[in-house]
Amino acid sequence: MISFDGRPVPAQPGQTVAAALWAAGIRTWRSTRGGAARGLFCGIGACHDCLATIDGRPSQRACLVEARSGMTVESNHSETAPEGNQGGALATTREQGPEFRFGLPASGASADIAVVGAGPAGLAAAATAALADRRVVLVDAAPRAGGQFWRHPEGADGHGHRDWRVFEGLISIVDDRADHLPDATVWFAETVPGGFRLHTTAGEVRADRVVLATGAHDRALPFPGWELPGVVTPGAAQALLKGSGVSVGRRVVVAGAGPFLLPVAVGLAEAGVRVVAVVEAGEPSTYLRRPGVLAGAAGKLTEAAGYAVALSRRRIPYLVRHAVVAAYGVGKVSHVDVVRLDQQGKAMSGSRRRLDCDAVAVGYGFTANLELALALGCRTVRGADGSLAVEVDADGATSSAGVWAAGEITGVGGSSLAVVEGILAGAAATAAGGGPPAQSVRDLALLRRRRGRLRAFAEVMHAAHAIPAGWPAWLGEQTLVCRCEEVTFGRLRHAVAELGAGDARTVKLLARPGMGWCQGRICGYPTAALTAGLCGRDVTDADLAAFAHRPFAAAVRLDDLAADRAAPIE
Amino acid sequence: MIRPVDVVVVGAGIVGAACAYYAARAGLHVLVVDRGPVAGGTTGAGEGNLLASDKAPGPELELILHSLRLWQALGDELGADAFELDDKGGLVVASTPEGLRALRELATSQREHGVVAEEVAPAALPEHEPAIAAGLAGGVYYPQDMQLQPMLAAAHLIRAAVREHGAAFRTGTEVTGVIRTRDGRVSGVFTPAGVISCGAVVNAAGTWAGPVADLAGAPVPIEPRRGFILVTEPLPPTIQHKVYAAEYVANVASDSSDLQTSAVVESTRAGTVLIGASRERVGFDRTFSLPVLRRLAAQAVALFPVLADVHAIRAYRGFRPFSPDHLPVIGPDPRAPGLLHACGHEGAGIGLAPVTGELITAALTGARPPLDPAPFRPERFA
Repeated sequence: MISFDGRPVPAQPGQTVAAALWAAGIRTWRSTRGGAARGLFCGIGACHDCLATIDGRPSQRACLVEARSGMTVESNHSETAPEGNQGGALATTREQGPEFRFGLPASGASADIAVVGAGPAGLAAAATAALADRRVVLVDAAPRAGGQFWRHPEGADGHGHRDWRVFEGLISIVDDRADHLPDATVWFAETVPGGFRLHTTAGEVRADRVVLATGAHDRALPFPGWELPGVVTPGAAQALLKGSGVSVGRRVVVAGAGPFLLPVAVGLAEAGVRVVAVVEAGEPSTYLRRPGVLAGAAGKLTEAAGYAVALSRRRIPYLVRHAVVAAYGVGKVSHVDVVRLDQQGKAMSGSRRRLDCDAVAVGYGFTANLELALALGCRTVRGADGSLAVEVDADGATSSAGVWAAGEITGVGGSSLAVVEGILAGAAATAAGGGPPAQSVRDLALLRRRRGRLRAFAEVMHAAHAIPAGWPAWLGEQTLVCRCEEVTFGRLRHAVAELGAGDARTVKLLARPGMGWCQGRICGYPTAALTAGLCGRDVTDADLAAFAHRPFAAAVRLDDLAADRAAPIE
Repeated sequence: MIRPVDVVVVGAGIVGAACAYYAARAGLHVLVVDRGPVAGGTTGAGEGNLLASDKAPGPELELILHSLRLWQALGDELGADAFELDDKGGLVVASTPEGLRALRELATSQREHGVVAEEVAPAALPEHEPAIAAGLAGGVYYPQDMQLQPMLAAAHLIRAAVREHGAAFRTGTEVTGVIRTRDGRVSGVFTPAGVISCGAVVNAAGTWAGPVADLAGAPVPIEPRRGFILVTEPLPPTIQHKVYAAEYVANVASDSSDLQTSAVVESTRAGTVLIGASRERVGFDRTFSLPVLRRLAAQAVALFPVLADVHAIRAYRGFRPFSPDHLPVIGPDPRAPGLLHACGHEGAGIGLAPVTGELITAALTGARPPLDPAPFRPERFA
């Protein structure tokens, strides 16, 4: 049992605070500066819509904090001024802060290799280097390893998860041979002589080399009504279900683009949810035009076919070349409008129809979490899905010496690819320090070939599930683009048409999209694309990069920033 | 072929925007060019302070007092809301009796020159700033200090110059050369878009004014002085004024290239609190320095304990155009007739932009300048 604004709310062990609130029918617990009610949107820590005061600590992401018996949760209304006195509050909050683990001294744990992110790629990288007897610290923001793909509550048996045995194998190696630092959000990364220093919410980590496996979050596109409570990303629906056993609604529309919509829909259906429809903007049948690529990734095809069968067995409509273009409701979503898309990705006239629902899970692929890679100076490239990714070679080496990257941040491609890339990056980071290698030359060659096949498949996948070109036409002048700062499409147009902005960074400076809590994690891609469209040109890497640089990789309390926990620098 | 103009203003920051606005309003054909976008350099990396409080008696104080009046007028002309002009006033606080003594002396001398400076006793500080730390020695309140959103201000000045006074504006257009006639007069600029013929060139390239001046063979010694700013999560109104520690004045006036920090704290219209200020001369090093960010946070929390639990969500850095004698470089350059400089304002460029625009316009049209331009003449370094 936890308390929410003074009233009791049941919470199951391992549930997040957001999930417990959601299960109790509470959809909003925060109001924006503009007075709009917000609750859950991305569900995995990117959007900051779900901020709440938890056990007296203000502005905590309720989707990340695990509910514990006796916890007090207070809604975050921005009208409330921060409470403060002459420092009395500091002492208590500091005591509540995460303790250093594994005996890490305040001056910093030292490792040969620090791996950031404990999803498929990070676990594989950490296990690979640890098996080769390197000192490995696996730094992860979540309380339990697994990332988004293997997100699970404590004591989970793997039901509903794919490749759970792979996870069990990797985590057992990590548990035996590496330091796993959970609840450790890296908020600042810097290059220091001889290596790197990562500043985390659980202390400092020093390492000679770094493997970044920071993953991705759902790529959302704005549409009228997307800020209504009950409109969430597919990742949020999945995290609620897999992490906390909570269904996002009773009648749910799953929408957007990409193969990820299928397991989300099937998972919800298996949990007893009525999935009204899966609304897919892409044209998955284009897979079939590339038999050579498909043959190289037969497992992926079987997986997709399995989901398709599950959908049809449950009579869930799979609407291909359709999109959700508006959500409606009073206080929360009650229905959405769906349109059919033509070959150019534009809404076909007369095709608009209404689907009733109490939740919508909508997302168009994923956006990489690039802030740490950018902070360490890694170059980026445009991925096959149109978002930025870290530029890497076949073994995950980035343009920055001593930094490797693996998994979704090098281009979204799914968990199997992430594991392969994690092994390759872990092996390369191991080899770079000298000493015995982590993998034989022959195995490395096989892994690189497998990586190539899976990457090729990912490109076909992205082509089949591309963002529909006509999406900007869904927006009205009053449609929010930036949820945090409540910047409308009309304000973006004003910055371009009236104030002379010709690029996304200038639009950001003049109209404030991406300036709020989420720092452009959600609105970055759409704002960059909309700006380019308003300027009558294609989106550039610079437009996208304007929202990807975040010197603070996570928000940090000023008192934590001020506290010189670190060894004196300079 | 780009149409010849009377004046090419190089730089679409706040100073270039103000020069363009006043020159165009005076009837000149003005073209603003910038290699980047509007407000893409130092203007987009500041706090938007319009301060009389941090200036000791001297030519710069005269400049800012005139410029503050111009900003008020611009607020009336362009709409104060459009660029978030806020006459919130500044509060300078001293933590020690010695600091307070120095602050008092400064305030006394400033008053003789028209600055309104009201001493605030320690017990009265919370009346001005309810959240301020206890135990301070005292402070001085400066009601003339103001704040604005500098990127919007630059954009609106250029917009008004273009829409109302016939100026032209080209972004993404770098000046790669300055054309001079046989007798040495500046007669145009080279750009990748072509040659632009003009009667005068205004170097408003801010921190990058040195290379532009070099193109005309009339160097000015402008160097970057780096600063970081922390941005907090949006808060309800918590900090009323621009509040800063008395040491800030000494830091601004210092010639040292070493790191100096002093707490400068203020809210913005968006609800965020901006926390500065640091100064160091390290060239154009864009690396985020955690030690500096830590120090800024510590100083802000010491001034406003309420900020301890508030999150920093962002940090940014910029490069102030540092001039060796701390005075801006404004006016015609006798070494290259037709070249005028409007640069080197260090951290005061937002405040000083309108008066700079007026001085430049007076020089261009032969009108009487609003005040004596001699202290700012470009050739003083030669």
